[in-house]
Amino acid sequence: MKGPPVEKKPSRAWKEKFEGSGLRDADFSSISGRPLEPLYTWEDAAVADPGARLGFPGEFPYTRGVHPSMYRGKLWTMRQFAGMGTPDQTNERYRFLLEKGQTGLSVAFDNPTLYGRDSDHQLAVGEVGKTGVAVDTLADMERLFAGIPLDQVSTSMTINAPAAWIFAMFLANAEKRGIGFDKLRGTLQNDILKEYIAQKEWIFPPEPHLRLITDLMAFCAAEVPQWNTISISGYHIREAGSTAAQELAFTLADGFCYVEHALAAGLDIEDFAPRLSFFFNSHLDFFEEIAKMRAARRIWARAMRDKYMAKSPRAWLCRFHVQTAGCSLTAQQPELNIVRTALEALAGVLGGCQSLHTNSMDEALALPSEKAVEIALRTQQIIAFESGAANVIDPLGGSYYIEKLTDELEAEAERYFRRIDELGGVVKAIEQGFFQREITRAAYEYQMALSRRKKFHVGVNEFVNPGEKLEIPLLEIDEAVERDQVAFLRRTKAERDNGAVRESLDALKAAAAGGRNLMPPLLECARRYVSLGETSDALTEVFGQYREQPFY
Amino acid sequence: MAERKIKVIIAKPGLDGHDRGAKVVARALVEAGMEVVYLGLQQTPETIVGAAVEEDADVIGLSILSGAHMTNFRKVRELMVGAGLGDRLLTGGGIIPTKDQDKLKELGVGRVFGPGDDLQDIVDYIRRNARRTSK
Repeated sequence: MKGPPVEKKPSRAWKEKFEGSGLRDADFSSISGRPLEPLYTWEDAAVADPGARLGFPGEFPYTRGVHPSMYRGKLWTMRQFAGMGTPDQTNERYRFLLEKGQTGLSVAFDNPTLYGRDSDHQLAVGEVGKTGVAVDTLADMERLFAGIPLDQVSTSMTINAPAAWIFAMFLANAEKRGIGFDKLRGTLQNDILKEYIAQKEWIFPPEPHLRLITDLMAFCAAEVPQWNTISISGYHIREAGSTAAQELAFTLADGFCYVEHALAAGLDIEDFAPRLSFFFNSHLDFFEEIAKMRAARRIWARAMRDKYMAKSPRAWLCRFHVQTAGCSLTAQQPELNIVRTALEALAGVLGGCQSLHTNSMDEALALPSEKAVEIALRTQQIIAFESGAANVIDPLGGSYYIEKLTDELEAEAERYFRRIDELGGVVKAIEQGFFQREITRAAYEYQMALSRRKKFHVGVNEFVNPGEKLEIPLLEIDEAVERDQVAFLRRTKAERDNGAVRESLDALKAAAAGGRNLMPPLLECARRYVSLGETSDALTEVFGQYREQPFY
Repeated sequence: MAERKIKVIIAKPGLDGHDRGAKVVARALVEAGMEVVYLGLQQTPETIVGAAVEEDADVIGLSILSGAHMTNFRKVRELMVGAGLGDRLLTGGGIIPTKDQDKLKELGVGRVFGPGDDLQDIVDYIRRNARRTSK
């Protein structure tokens, strides 16, 4: 490949002129603290063997995208994460979003549900329905999706520790409505490793959770073939304060860990690997984020083909959802968050995401209001239909800077993989607190950089409006939600066949103590209106509880 | 004689795993010369105030991003008063709407911090307000 002669000129002479000119006294590193050159040239870029490093879209190593046609074939799915209050209230929000042109659903559960606790649990007080929807039994799942054609929209569920029994309720609801499991499309987050690493919503120690995940993967391969069984998530790792390279490396390392567990359980990589998907954050540092997403595709494809020996190209694809960075939003001058989110969303699109969530401007203050959600969704529609970004595939491919950053991020991830291996793998590294310490340190360094004004947040540590008054309406969750939800749960428990509940819980415990796949007994529990918390408690009797050693 | 270090309990009540802010603040307070007891996740108002009594803490800081701030701050404040710690500072941070911040003030809770607040402000605020009325 020959460039025009001017490009081959060495950058030395320019560099002298650059250094001789007056430079601003500012920090020019990336938001992750990565040192950056003032200019990237043909001397930096990965011009060697672009065929092997980049390929074409839809071709190994997929650096330029997972599909040959990318957004000319199909735009990314616009999927706004939503959930609040009771299942009835969330159902209303879903109908609103579908009506506004959203193309997929994404369920946000409240904290008690995420921890596998019922709404009447002692630790749930004050949290029911606050940051998502409360789901206690199949009866809530029925209300949540009432009137929504589950065989026509895809449904993503952000649930991890109790993912298998929430999914069992979802399946039992489809079954009651006469929708075949083979028609269901969607994604479970079901990524427990990043819970230990970052989000801290677990129930059992890692091994039984990993068994539940492999059971679910095996069950779906046979019964729910269109379902994405895990969304291996870097999002929460980044939100907890990691750098871009840490997000990339820890997420893919988690992915390898799931693959290894599934292989050890005797599953066929050609069956389960195509149903793995990923979830990345898109933060403020535009170019670094795009490079991170491109590097993720290349690393995953190489590992799946060359290390894990998957033969089908579908098993090599790193397909991913992107959400803009919640941690980049500010409570000050919240309208500015619309701009931040637009930049981050554009990075997600230029990074080649398969689906995208854009945060709402008010999320540093509360759950989003309807108006704020609409603006966030419209932001995606502007990128898709006005900006031209969807017209050309991987438009930044070949940029000296982007290619260099992609290579650097890949190399940094490889270094982390080696360290994780040295520690004995992901689970051992979690038990030693390795990821948690790395992330906590990065979070502190970034906060100090803000405090020392090396990094800036407009409206927060620069361009502050003194004495500003909040001028946007905030969503409030009525305290009555908790009372209503608890009353509904008690009524459900009183009306169900409690003999059948006991039998199905006993069968579940027996299966857990043995080695059988846990999905069939979990499905039976769901059909019998066994509650989320009852299921968690029964399994905890067998598997035990996990406790983290607090540190900072 | 050297002045006794300000002792701060930091805790996350309820079912909320978002511990980034709590840990960053804990570290900043230690670097500013305070003593921090970080209780970690899934604490109840009872375990938090129990720890404050046992540690004879000057300050309790709660980190709440779950929306349960009204419930938890109110309960912790009540228990503090009941345990004879009414003169100690109760503060904290998280995703807490301005309107609720005012209501918390009426309950006897100090300033609560949110996204974008400066670490130095938090350190200064605690240093200024951690003084007790007795001892």
